[in-house]
Amino acid sequence: MTSRPQLIFLGCLFLALLIVPFLGSRYLTELAVQVMILSLLALSLNILAGHVGLISFGHAAFFAIGGYATAFFLSRWQLPLGAAMPLAIILATAFALVIGILCVRLKAIYFAMLTLAFSMLVWGVIIKWKPVTGGDDGFVGIALPQFLATPQNFYWFTLAIVSISTALMWLLSKSTMGQTFVAIRENETRASFLGVNVRQMQLIAFVLAAIFAAIAGSLMAMYLRGMYPQSAFWTQSGHIVISVLLGGVHSFVGPILGASLLYLLEVTIHQYTQYWPLVMGLILLLVVLVLPEGLIGLFRKLYARLGRK
Amino acid sequence: MQVVYPRNALNDRKVRRMFTNPTVLFIQVMNSVSLAMNLFIIAAGLTLIFGVLRIVNFAHGAFYMVGAYVALSILRVTGDTDLGFLLGVLGSGVVMGAIAFVVERGLLSRLYDKEHMLQLLFTFALVLVIKDIVKMIWGTGQYSIGAPPFLRGAVNLGITYYPKYMLFLCALGPIIAIAIWFFMERTRWGRILRAAREDRVMLNALGTDVKMVYSGVFVTGAALAAMGGALAAPRSAVDPGMDALVIIDAFIIVIIGGLGSLLGSFVGALILGFLTVMGSIYLGEWVIVASYVMMVVILLVRPWGLFGKADEERH
Repeated sequence: MTSRPQLIFLGCLFLALLIVPFLGSRYLTELAVQVMILSLLALSLNILAGHVGLISFGHAAFFAIGGYATAFFLSRWQLPLGAAMPLAIILATAFALVIGILCVRLKAIYFAMLTLAFSMLVWGVIIKWKPVTGGDDGFVGIALPQFLATPQNFYWFTLAIVSISTALMWLLSKSTMGQTFVAIRENETRASFLGVNVRQMQLIAFVLAAIFAAIAGSLMAMYLRGMYPQSAFWTQSGHIVISVLLGGVHSFVGPILGASLLYLLEVTIHQYTQYWPLVMGLILLLVVLVLPEGLIGLFRKLYARLGRK
Repeated sequence: MQVVYPRNALNDRKVRRMFTNPTVLFIQVMNSVSLAMNLFIIAAGLTLIFGVLRIVNFAHGAFYMVGAYVALSILRVTGDTDLGFLLGVLGSGVVMGAIAFVVERGLLSRLYDKEHMLQLLFTFALVLVIKDIVKMIWGTGQYSIGAPPFLRGAVNLGITYYPKYMLFLCALGPIIAIAIWFFMERTRWGRILRAAREDRVMLNALGTDVKMVYSGVFVTGAALAAMGGALAAPRSAVDPGMDALVIIDAFIIVIIGGLGSLLGSFVGALILGFLTVMGSIYLGEWVIVASYVMMVVILLVRPWGLFGKADEERH
């Protein structure tokens, strides 16, 4: 898909999300909040996976750091939201800088393994550092500011943050830097011959991806009124990769489609059976074997076929 | 030299006792080795698969879990006998090997020419599917398998008594290591495997059925994981969560040793075994973090591991 239809899609999506709270269904509102947060998380990984072509298997670490830090600053230090969230994001950025500098030195499988190792390190610390994180039981009971107490208000807050983040990521993907990212993905050697500092660009993408993941984590912690160690486990990172892949990596809106579809399926299937992971596994098998381009690839093919007729 | 002890008084005593009491030290060493050998059997399959197929198999932990459950079912039929245990271990390898053959021929083989990341996600999908199927068949309860009758109890080693089953594991690890080494380095089949690792296109051109080689390696690796699971069962509980951490342990081992290196996995398993057992005396539960730190450090300093080769795959 070229950028025009994608922009129209994003616009329609935004308009639809503006209507949701007025439909009067609390269930729908809460569902939309979760879908938005998970879409933001998937979009954040796509900066790295889709644009630069580095697939991280430890992306959940930054989601967890953002969430736990927000929880800690809000509840333990009693900071106002306006300070807690930015601080949490700064903290995640710092982590991403250090981890990123070390990770971008490696490629492909080794990059995936190192990011996995770091995320397990974060997970291990979360599990064991009970006084700060609550350990196995998770960080329970976040004190939310008054203005976010109602589901309606929280919805507007999430919509605002997610929309701004998405807009920023869109601008990034259309900017010179975004184009440079794609150049690195397509041919790293050629990009470096053209004078691109490949490592530096990869690091920037890594940190940006981590920042938006941390924002998603921060929102999720506030939505759940808590944060749980499972959020940093390697399987969680796997889920983010699945969302991105299901939607389609080489497009902007793909991860939104992937994350939304995956979550809506999960909610639906959970009503019938506890074996959601089995279904997710089968979906992933299908995507890997038949649809490596994801849903976007499928749409493109259908579109091309219709156009020919 | 001043040793910094943990705050905990109980730990404090434990640490002192360890240095002054050779019996405790001996037991800790034996515990480290038996854990290491158990982990080695699992990691050996992982490194074999990576060495030849160049696939990082996330499903290896799931294979391990299937092995433990299959052994459990076989033991239910045979009863708690020596023969039953033997059948359980071998049977778990056979059953998992058969499943792996179908999966490899039917699905995985279509991905050999695709990106590494698709292969990796394929194995991740297997994790999700296998885990739920295990839950469907065996439920979510926790089970345990006893050691076979002839390996029950402890044996006097002169210094102290030590459980026979753990000794059995200590002996089994090197035996399996030598068997795999012999197979790889001294037999015709092993030569073909090594050739497949170096240049599969050329091997194919020379008339070897590379497809079957790949199937064989995947099946063997999966069977090793399953037998590792069956053998581990008397040491720990059998439950649907047993795969998630063991795969990370196996990753740590093959990364320390070098992906694809058998000797590396053996040494890596020993390092992780000693770190886990000895480290827990100093660090308590924080030892789990220490093993991840080790994995990170190795990946940073020598991404190809202690015994691996710095090949073009690394970059």
